[in-house]
Amino acid sequence: MSLLTLSNVAKRFDNGTEALAGLSFHVAEGEFVSLLGPSGCGKSTALRLIAGLIAPDSGAIAWAGPRPELGFVFQEPTLMPWADALTNARLPLDLKNMSRAEADGRTQAALARMGLKDFARAYPRELSGGMKMRVSIARALAAGPKLLLMDEPFAALDEPTREALNDDLLRLAREDRITVIFVTHSVMEASYLSDRVLVMSPRPGRIKSEITLPPGARDRLSISFSEGLRRVTSALQEAA
Amino acid sequence: MTRLLNILLPLALGLSLLMAWEGIVAARHIPPYVLPAPSAIAHALANNFSTLLLSLLSTLTVTLEGFAAAWIAGVGTAIAFSQSRMLERTLYPYAVVLQVTPVVAIAPLILIWVGFDHINAALALIAALVAFFPILSNTTLGLKSADFNLVDLMRLYGASRWQILWRLRLPTALPHLLGAMKIAGGLSLIGAVVAEFVAGSGTATGLAWRIVEAGNRLEIATMFAALLLLGLLGIAIFAAFSLLEWALLHRWHESALKQQI
Repeated sequence: MSLLTLSNVAKRFDNGTEALAGLSFHVAEGEFVSLLGPSGCGKSTALRLIAGLIAPDSGAIAWAGPRPELGFVFQEPTLMPWADALTNARLPLDLKNMSRAEADGRTQAALARMGLKDFARAYPRELSGGMKMRVSIARALAAGPKLLLMDEPFAALDEPTREALNDDLLRLAREDRITVIFVTHSVMEASYLSDRVLVMSPRPGRIKSEITLPPGARDRLSISFSEGLRRVTSALQEAA
Repeated sequence: MTRLLNILLPLALGLSLLMAWEGIVAARHIPPYVLPAPSAIAHALANNFSTLLLSLLSTLTVTLEGFAAAWIAGVGTAIAFSQSRMLERTLYPYAVVLQVTPVVAIAPLILIWVGFDHINAALALIAALVAFFPILSNTTLGLKSADFNLVDLMRLYGASRWQILWRLRLPTALPHLLGAMKIAGGLSLIGAVVAEFVAGSGTATGLAWRIVEAGNRLEIATMFAALLLLGLLGIAIFAAFSLLEWALLHRWHESALKQQI
């Protein structure tokens, strides 16, 4: 069942740049969908439209039922430098005025799931880039989202850190049955993580092609993974 | 070792300069009404200590009152600006006018309006006028420097304007505000001194007035003693705000961190 449907969404910025034109796609509940495309193709704009941070000029963004609880992860960890990991990750719950005890419990659990059990009292400056990103994801998880929007979250990380975070993300999304819309410009990442890859064209962005990947493709050494990788790569080349 | 040198080197320089000063004054028989020797200044300080101390307290009170008023007005206005772009557009030019008008020029007006009966209030107001702008302008900049993505994230989680202000904008502005407070602390002292000069004798009782009075009597050593106390007061104010800055920022802010290589 479709959780979210975008139909003919267009967005032009104040400076006249046409970011998106005729963007249409749907996302099913529990699905992991990647938006893949070159820089400046409007991937991030699409994510911000879905989050409701900006409004489309035309077209519609329709939810099946009320809008679900959202989580958002940016390319940068986007943490408050004056607050420790626990306080940072607790932000969504604090904003909902949840009691401190309950919020702390839920946040501690989210940090533990991201492997940060012993770093709750660490300040961002004391953490590595990968750990900061883990705090950022724990913050998104603490709110108990049904839909996670991720804007190139691992682009700035080194390869081993990125692969570890990819695996953790997949596990958590599966355990919590979270739907994920994942923006990336990495073919590797999109092919590894996704049930479905939506390849976008350069500006103004729209969906050029759609590749459904087989469920068994999540072994980086498997034949089916390299086959998926090949299909995504050629789709991206055609879109450019 | 480095820390010891940081203290010893300036101290050694200061002491040798004082000794040279003392030596030159004695060797050339420079009269005390032109340039008193450091020993004469020390005497003047000791002889007039209670009077000078009372004056010091008076100037300190005016400075702190002026600073507190500037802080409340500056931070309050900056918060109002951060909530309403329209208000900022309307008022900011007037804040600039206030800043660029030399306070010496408006001090006599203020003294007349507030009245010599409330001389300390008038002095504090002048001190506040001098200290107001750095607080306003730095805090305004700080409140605007909040991470756009964090603002978006907070909006996504349904944060109110008040929550964004309290949880994000104010902490972001804190280093800017603390920097401004160090400047404004010194400026309110300058404002207080200027105000006392303008107010003249008979009303004000602060250190600046002691300087004017001692100058009229050609008691140059007492002038220097008062000047010394003013300098120490300025240093104490700066040190206090530096300490506050360290206390509030050292856990997290780049400025307070040692570079890790």
